Amino acid sequence: MPTSALALSGLTKSFERPVVRGVDLTIRPGEFYALLGPNGAGKTTILRMVAGLLRPDAGSITVLGVDALADPVAAKRRMAWVSDEPMVYDRLTPLEYLDFVAGLWQVEPVRAKASAHELIDWLDLAPHANELCGGFSKGMLQKVALAGALVHDPDLIILDEPLTGLDAGSARQVKDVLRQRTASGVTVIMTTHILEVAERMAERIGVIADGRLIAEGTLAQLRARIGRETTLEEIFLDLVAQGQSSAEDAA
Amino acid sequence: MSFAPASLPWLAAHEFRLAWRDTLAMMTGGRRVRLVGWVVGGALVYGLMAVIAWFAIRPWVEAGVVLDKETLVLISGTGLLFWTVTLSQALEAVTRVYYGRSDLDLILSSPTSSDRLFAVRAGAVFVSTAALGALLISPLVLALAIQDGPRWLSAFLVLAALAALSVAIAMAITRLLFRVVGPRRTRLIAQIIAGIVGAGFVIGIQAAAILTHGGFSRMDILQSDAVIAGAPDVTSLLWLPARAALGDPVPALVMVVLALSIFAATVALIAPSYGSLAISTAGLDRVGSRRRASTRTFSPTTQRQALRRKEWKLLMRDPWLVSQTLMQLLYLVPPALLLWINYGSGAGDGMFIVIVPVLVMACGQLAGGLAWLAISGEDAHDLVATAPLTPSTILRAKIEAVLSVIAAVLAPLLLLLAIASSPMAAITAVCAFVAASASTAIQLWFRVTAKRSMFRRRQVASRAATLSEAFSSILWAATGALWAAGSILAIGPAVLALGVLGLARLIAPRKP
Repeated sequence: MPTSALALSGLTKSFERPVVRGVDLTIRPGEFYALLGPNGAGKTTILRMVAGLLRPDAGSITVLGVDALADPVAAKRRMAWVSDEPMVYDRLTPLEYLDFVAGLWQVEPVRAKASAHELIDWLDLAPHANELCGGFSKGMLQKVALAGALVHDPDLIILDEPLTGLDAGSARQVKDVLRQRTASGVTVIMTTHILEVAERMAERIGVIADGRLIAEGTLAQLRARIGRETTLEEIFLDLVAQGQSSAEDAA
Repeated sequence: MSFAPASLPWLAAHEFRLAWRDTLAMMTGGRRVRLVGWVVGGALVYGLMAVIAWFAIRPWVEAGVVLDKETLVLISGTGLLFWTVTLSQALEAVTRVYYGRSDLDLILSSPTSSDRLFAVRAGAVFVSTAALGALLISPLVLALAIQDGPRWLSAFLVLAALAALSVAIAMAITRLLFRVVGPRRTRLIAQIIAGIVGAGFVIGIQAAAILTHGGFSRMDILQSDAVIAGAPDVTSLLWLPARAALGDPVPALVMVVLALSIFAATVALIAPSYGSLAISTAGLDRVGSRRRASTRTFSPTTQRQALRRKEWKLLMRDPWLVSQTLMQLLYLVPPALLLWINYGSGAGDGMFIVIVPVLVMACGQLAGGLAWLAISGEDAHDLVATAPLTPSTILRAKIEAVLSVIAAVLAPLLLLLAIASSPMAAITAVCAFVAASASTAIQLWFRVTAKRSMFRRRQVASRAATLSEAFSSILWAATGALWAAGSILAIGPAVLALGVLGLARLIAPRKP
């Protein structure tokens, strides 16, 4: 059993300018970890590197004991990626989509079918299971994408702004599903701008600013760090301001 | 110069500014230096067209242009060919006026008159159709004007009249389709009509030439005794456009006035319904039809099978893409007809020199379109990229999906060909496979991350890929033709085709 679900070491990525600067991060198995940061801080780039969608310039990524850069296929077999733009085909039905995903992850057909129907019921998609996804709302598409991420029972779920554009009901369903998965030992790493979600759901929170992990810990630890009993919003704004001023000083 | 806000000229200036910036961005891709390449390249191509036109018409002009039935039939037939292409383009463009969203929602939600917007956009379609046509025929017309007199310049007036008439007919067809089949199907049917109109006359006249003369030449049928004898007398009003094109000022003026009046009347009649019809097309991209639950879902499959099945399913369920892609197959009708009528007649190997390259070319082009859809047009790119399979497995599955469709399309024709001549069927199979593989390889090298809905704009995204694909298909078709003729010269175009492939590989952007 690996000691970490995800371990990043010295992760670095530049496009026209440095976007991620030597990030070190370790997430325990079964942990719900929220990654916060202002727009353009590098959160999505980090997650895309973990998911195998971008190759880092330097550093290492270890997923459940597997070196994700040396053996990306083995790492991908254990994880799922959900972005804010649902990755769904307009002209497939939810059931056909889940069948396709199960085929890609080589899930045993009987197990895949049972899991797909269970997820469809759980996410209230049953009445639309045989309709083409092209007519779905953003919330329904996001639920189909989430079902796709869960149909192969991943051990690590990476979510980039999964609640963007969802109504309260759909957001609740997604949160319930994620909570249930973490309770059963699945690790979740998620970026979000909805601080209330991070505050309520995450065991630990990491704050990224200007490509660096500037703070990390439980809500209580972060409060202690700024020395005030206040909301996560205040803590976040304080930490980001500190991070930015120290980055300017360093420059 | 400033115009009153929301007036016709104000809207026209807005449209012109957007169109100009769009064109500039497409040509330069954000780098001004590319514009120089376009200007120099464009001037070279235009110069080449002018030289060809100059020498092509010289013998005709030197012999003296006589206004007899033969000339009138030839000019009218050629004009009709050109006009069908213009009509096809206009239909496509008018459909976009209703369905293209961009700033439509903004303008329609403002108090600006939608009638005026329609008038401006219809005018823009007319101007672009006429301008493109003028650019294409200008080398020929200018060569005629210099060698035989300025009266030939009236051909531009005829062209303007034909463009106005095309746009008017396109608007009327689109409006009729809205009424008959509704907004959901109008775009698809209009585009199918556009494809059939564009290819239909060419194919029809070729089919007539094959059936009557056993050959492919359109000019043969236009100059045949039967057509000349059956054509009306030289004084007939039917020759009005041809006379106008030949420099007769009165028919030219009559045509322009008549066509512009029809255009203006059509705009006035259709404009009041534009706002509501354009609104009715909103949100139609969302497909919402219910499917019967498949019994084949969740059956044992390999990763490659899953990918192939997904590609085929998506292709089958997108009638617009199917129509756009399979439209190219219309061009296979004449060679199939030629094969059919010559079967058992001992027509000799001559017909194969025509059939083999057409089949090879069609396969190359079809493979290019399908390969773009499978390789670049991936709507869930992140999903496939995060799946536990190597990039090479993904690509192999997608290439298999493309080549199997080509094989399915080609197989019946190859079978027909094999009955007539098995060596020719083998030559076609080899060249078609190589052409299809080459087009697929080019799409692979120039792959981008795009949505399937970008299919129409794929040629704009990479002109290098489009040109390489076209040259490669043409050269493999030439290889097939020369090989079918038993000529050792077949090696020439084959080597050139390999050169094109090598060049494409060299200039293709490196993947990280």
